[in-house]
Amino acid sequence: MRFIIALFALAASMAAPVAYGHGFWLLPSSTVLSEPDTVTFDAAVTNDPFHFDYRPLQIDALVITAPDGSKIDPFNVGKGALRTTFDAKLEQKGTYHFAIVREGLRANWKEGDQNRRFMGSEAELDKNIPADARDLVVTETFNRVESFVTVGVPSKLTPSGRGLETVASTHPNDLVAGEPLVLQFLVDGKPAAGVKVEVVKGQTRYRDSLGEQVLESDQDGKVSVDLPTAGMYWLGAKLTDDKVAGKRASKRALAYMLTLEVLPQ
Amino acid sequence: MNKWALSVIPALLATVFSTQTNAAELEVKVNIPRLNAAEYHRPYVTIWLERPDQSMAATLAVLYSQETRGADKGTTWLKDIRQWWRKGGRALSMPMDGVSGATRPVGEHTFSFTAGQAPLGTLAAGDYRLVVETAREKGDRELVRIPFSWPARQAEALQVNGERELGAVLLNIKP
Repeated sequence: MRFIIALFALAASMAAPVAYGHGFWLLPSSTVLSEPDTVTFDAAVTNDPFHFDYRPLQIDALVITAPDGSKIDPFNVGKGALRTTFDAKLEQKGTYHFAIVREGLRANWKEGDQNRRFMGSEAELDKNIPADARDLVVTETFNRVESFVTVGVPSKLTPSGRGLETVASTHPNDLVAGEPLVLQFLVDGKPAAGVKVEVVKGQTRYRDSLGEQVLESDQDGKVSVDLPTAGMYWLGAKLTDDKVAGKRASKRALAYMLTLEVLPQ
Repeated sequence: MNKWALSVIPALLATVFSTQTNAAELEVKVNIPRLNAAEYHRPYVTIWLERPDQSMAATLAVLYSQETRGADKGTTWLKDIRQWWRKGGRALSMPMDGVSGATRPVGEHTFSFTAGQAPLGTLAAGDYRLVVETAREKGDRELVRIPFSWPARQAEALQVNGERELGAVLLNIKP
């Protein structure tokens, strides 16, 4: 499995910048609560969703937003070899939003016959790219890893209007097996066509076939996701465009990852 | 007073009283079976009404653990009565007068609900389903439904049997 991740990294460094971000996830211990309570999370980067067998996910950029819009801090943060764990104390009724947003620049170039890659800020980029770099491509990256947990009645969710994100026809903490889910993908707050979406149910190691759904958003930015059975689902979406904010990059790579719990009827 | 009047007065009185004492009623009997469990906890039970589109029309009863041990509250596990929780239980606040109560032991338990009074209230005419949903700590969850029409023209006795967590569930409708 590490081999596959290595391939992804290699592919990313060569031609497919959107592959970056595959397999990031935040896994809450509960998504539906009756009473204010503590929820614990695993955060990791793996191929098999929710099977922490590769690398921990850095949570420095984690932002936890309470139903009233205030921010809370994670506690009991544990940085393990295979996963990061943290707790969050949910004291209000409504939906808490957990998001790790990372923005940056990625440069790909060639030295001799070697592919090189560097990721970092603009200032760092200048220091790390040699003057004679060939085939230099600079990409702005915007990755969002999300999860939701609700105490009591789910709150209405409002998109941030930045980067790639989604608006769900059914609240993400209100999903039931067999009921349709339509997701509308937005880029910078506007419906985005052509977003590549992949949905995989967890516990892939207990079955032969991944059974992933590969979808692409229509003109309204919408995809219809099939959630036939209860369980934890991982959703990854990506889009590349040329709406760059700075002067260095020629492309922008957007990625979005969401954990969805589907309960039985 | 003539004979005619004498014969009519009791009938009039009967009519007057019937509207007061014979309001339509739903009587629900829920049998909680004896289960062979290593560690048995009394089940959480909800009795509610749903419309044909599965939306909730009324919550009639919620039985949950009234114990509080430190930060552990019985209400923490109300979400495990999954359908009731999702369809409206989560919007209610417990305890709820005339609706919530303690969990019950093994045996038959009778609940009566009168039209015009909380929690049944005034139910619009139409098709409904009585839903009894149960969830037990370290045990299973079960849900049974009994369809009925409201208001009933005549007395009806309806029954459905649970398979694991519920025994016979009976619905007696008094018009």
